[in-house]
Amino acid sequence: MNNKTHTPLFHISKRGALPWYAAWAIRGGALILALLLCALVTTLVTGQNPIDVYITIFKGSFGSSRRAWVLFQNIAILLCVSLAVTPAFKMRFWNIGGEGQMLAGGLATAACMILLGGKLPGWLLIVIMVAASILAGAVWGGIPAVFKARWNTNETLFTLMMNYIATQLVAFFIIVWEVPKGAGQIGIINQSSEAGWLPVIGGQKYLLNITVAAVVCVAMHIYLSYTKHGYEISVVGESENTARYVGIKVERVIVRTMLLSGAVCGIAGMLLVAGTEHTLTTTITSGRGFTAVMVSWLAKFNPFMMIFTSFLIVFMERGAGQIATDYGLSQSFADILTGIILFCIIGSEFFITYQINFRHGAAKED
Amino acid sequence: MFDFVSFIPRAIVQGIPLLLGSTGETLTEKSGNLNLGIPGIMYVGAISGVIGAFFYEQSAVEMNGFLAVSIPLLCSLLGSGLMGLLYCFLTVTLRANQNVTGLALTTFGVGFGNFFGGSLIKLAGSEVPAIVLSATSSYFCASLPFAGKLGWFGSIFLSYGFLAYLAVVISLAAAYFLRHTRAGLHLRAVGESPATADAAGINVVRYKYGATVIGSMIAGLGGLYYIMDYTSGIWSSDAFGDRGWLAIALVIFTIWRPDVGVAASFLFGGLYILHMYIPSGMNLAIKEIYKMLPYVVTIAVLIISSMRNKRENQPPAGLGLPYFREER
Repeated sequence: MNNKTHTPLFHISKRGALPWYAAWAIRGGALILALLLCALVTTLVTGQNPIDVYITIFKGSFGSSRRAWVLFQNIAILLCVSLAVTPAFKMRFWNIGGEGQMLAGGLATAACMILLGGKLPGWLLIVIMVAASILAGAVWGGIPAVFKARWNTNETLFTLMMNYIATQLVAFFIIVWEVPKGAGQIGIINQSSEAGWLPVIGGQKYLLNITVAAVVCVAMHIYLSYTKHGYEISVVGESENTARYVGIKVERVIVRTMLLSGAVCGIAGMLLVAGTEHTLTTTITSGRGFTAVMVSWLAKFNPFMMIFTSFLIVFMERGAGQIATDYGLSQSFADILTGIILFCIIGSEFFITYQINFRHGAAKED
Repeated sequence: MFDFVSFIPRAIVQGIPLLLGSTGETLTEKSGNLNLGIPGIMYVGAISGVIGAFFYEQSAVEMNGFLAVSIPLLCSLLGSGLMGLLYCFLTVTLRANQNVTGLALTTFGVGFGNFFGGSLIKLAGSEVPAIVLSATSSYFCASLPFAGKLGWFGSIFLSYGFLAYLAVVISLAAAYFLRHTRAGLHLRAVGESPATADAAGINVVRYKYGATVIGSMIAGLGGLYYIMDYTSGIWSSDAFGDRGWLAIALVIFTIWRPDVGVAASFLFGGLYILHMYIPSGMNLAIKEIYKMLPYVVTIAVLIISSMRNKRENQPPAGLGLPYFREER
């Protein structure tokens, strides 16, 4: 009998808990690799030397105080959406409808600004706007959750479809409210009266948005880590059966968490419409609902790490935009660089969770 | 009177990219991979074909019909196949989360498409003002010479380029493959329960890679059809729009059956352009509501199929879930 057994060249096994600094060292290594790859690609496309590439990227983000404020404003909105989708993800509910929930919130805000602007005192209008956007976002996120809880309808696909329904709804109202008739766009809402515009604090137009995002960030951290709700979300995410066994009402947790998730997305939509753009378009969210999924996942659902990951994404986007402008290339260059970074970090997670054992290593143990 | 003779061909032309995209995605999902990168892959399929055709048109003195078709076709297959391979490498080999990987692939793919679509001319240092591949496109659009003489029959059934017929053949072949061949049975087993399939001696990794890469190539052809046939070889940024997501919607709508997809894609194509045919007078806003139809219909199907909870109408049981042999 042949008792030679075939040993594969290597086998993969799960690591024990890796100390946090080693895990972040691996992620940092992946990030450096990604930045090198980005520089390589940029050099190939533009012929600029890699050092200059980084200088251009840095200038694109921090070149002037206005650029820096725009950078922080973009980070704030992205952070807000990322925080919004996080509780759902912790529950293993794949909410990729952040886009639609933001649009719903933005639409509600714009509706208040257009229909009630000038008829109510400013502070009351803003209170109503906030309430309306929260409600709209929550409804948009709640619908798929109810069906998931009751009939286990696939939430990934449901929330995805809700995005496009929201887009078309916005398109519908843009034509209803277009100024002037036939323009196909709303233009700046309440330009002269500034009714419903979020107040400027500290002399900086974007400071309020940034403050709101920071508050949401801290609140979300407390909610997820230190409250009963947050605990229930974690248990449902780890194992629904366990949750049922210990008496958690899984259906209720799913719906409640998605209402919250949608509501925070709605707030992000309100910040965009009332705080930054003062108008409504179908592309106002510019894919942030999808980017947020990646930002949240890259940060391992940790609200404070999300500040860093959203900074990274926005920083590269603005920088790549600058390169594209300088060389007369398409603005989509940013998406390519973002993609490269994402691929590297996604791939690196493997080396944090698993280790590769080579054959000779196993032979020694015998 | 509703003008069916002009409506049906336009609905079908709209439906073909969706059909190819959904057939590819169905194959992929049957292996348990929920590839949300399909929209990006379709962009890459389109732009790879465009790049191939662009350089061929620039270099060739005399265009050869066979080369003019096969170069873009091969480039497109290569581009989208590589995207599928990347997805598999990350999700199957490196065990990354499928949703995150898929969305990253879409970000990258759409960016890749729009970037080269917008910058190809500048990068190639060429003199032409815009990417217009009408010569290549004429080969892709060529329909049977006698189609025009057969009146309504000719325009409804025979007026399309070869890729449209190929799309229908691919879908029917995929349906046959899934339901009537041993490899198809194995593939379904992998998607339903990879652990069981593994225990039965089926190579799970190979099936996942195979189905996803081939599925991506088929989806990429959808992008190629759109650019070469539908828009006659003219690239404009973001023109492909949300069709990739609509293709994913179609997979649900057809409850994972590529043969149903043939009729369903034409229906979706029809819903997509219905707003142009419904007389709405001066009320342009209502057209935007009609554009919502494909998505509303998809959600309805999603809800109804989950409520009825019939076994054969469900998504593959292992869809979106990673499989690692060591973790059972």
